[in-house]
Amino acid sequence: MAVDKFPVEGSHIMMFARSVGDDNQIYYDEAYAKGTEPGGVIAPPTFAQSSAQFDPDYFLRPKPGEDWFGSGKEATGIKKKPSGGGGGGGGGLHAEQHFEYHRHIGPGDVLTATVKQGEGWEKEGKRSGKLIFSETITEYHDQNGELVITARGVGVRTERPVDQ
Amino acid sequence: MALSASNLNAGDTYTESLVEDLKRTQIVMYAGASGDYNPVHTDEKFTKELAGYPSVFAHGMLTMGMTGSMLTNYVGDGRLTKFGVRFTSQVWPGDSLNATATVEDVTDGIVNLKVETTNQDGVVVLSGYAAARVD
Repeated sequence: MAVDKFPVEGSHIMMFARSVGDDNQIYYDEAYAKGTEPGGVIAPPTFAQSSAQFDPDYFLRPKPGEDWFGSGKEATGIKKKPSGGGGGGGGGLHAEQHFEYHRHIGPGDVLTATVKQGEGWEKEGKRSGKLIFSETITEYHDQNGELVITARGVGVRTERPVDQ
Repeated sequence: MALSASNLNAGDTYTESLVEDLKRTQIVMYAGASGDYNPVHTDEKFTKELAGYPSVFAHGMLTMGMTGSMLTNYVGDGRLTKFGVRFTSQVWPGDSLNATATVEDVTDGIVNLKVETTNQDGVVVLSGYAAARVD
């Protein structure tokens, strides 16, 4: 997702680290972090993915006044039938994710994320019918215009839900 | 904390238990922190009745995030230069996951690792690689 302004904040890093079950003090304790090699609080390796919070149009977040495809009284809050195949609700499934770290980010960094569409391909899956893959490359630059993280994601839409 | 190249050999492994009996609440925590509110991760009604799955399931990125924690515990803070994965099977509430990093080679101060996360049945749920600076 393209993001104009992704301010990296300490409390967000703390919540993110908690959510992945990581209690490393470097993610929340500034005094401790000062004594470590990075010399300050840094973000966990997959934190950049939470730039979704700063994309005003991110489609996997409910927005005031708009229909949301998750359940309310009924299984979906969307009145018309949702389009697209099964497999991931509205968003497809995540097939791959790759990060290259040019520098480790921390509180105080203000990032931008620019997105380039990568390749697309199709495959016949045994458990879910036709699979349609699409790749995106996201470059995160810091407040000085330096490239800090390069991310490559592959999403997949399936013809039907994956057999269990 | 960081690894020393002279102590690393191809085939060395490091394993951690990532989670025992994954709770739906942890998946909710990840949704809230990451901003990915896709209902297939937190909304049982939607996921069963509309998406066609037996229950909600974890974000692939939650599994990657937990696996990243194993990696940083192994290689040290701020040492990763690359981390990439394929999500090979879904992770469900109740799953218990183990992650293993295996040394492939050490060249020019960088260790290349093979990374694999498996569930309680031995099914590989995440498969990938990482690279990190070593002393």
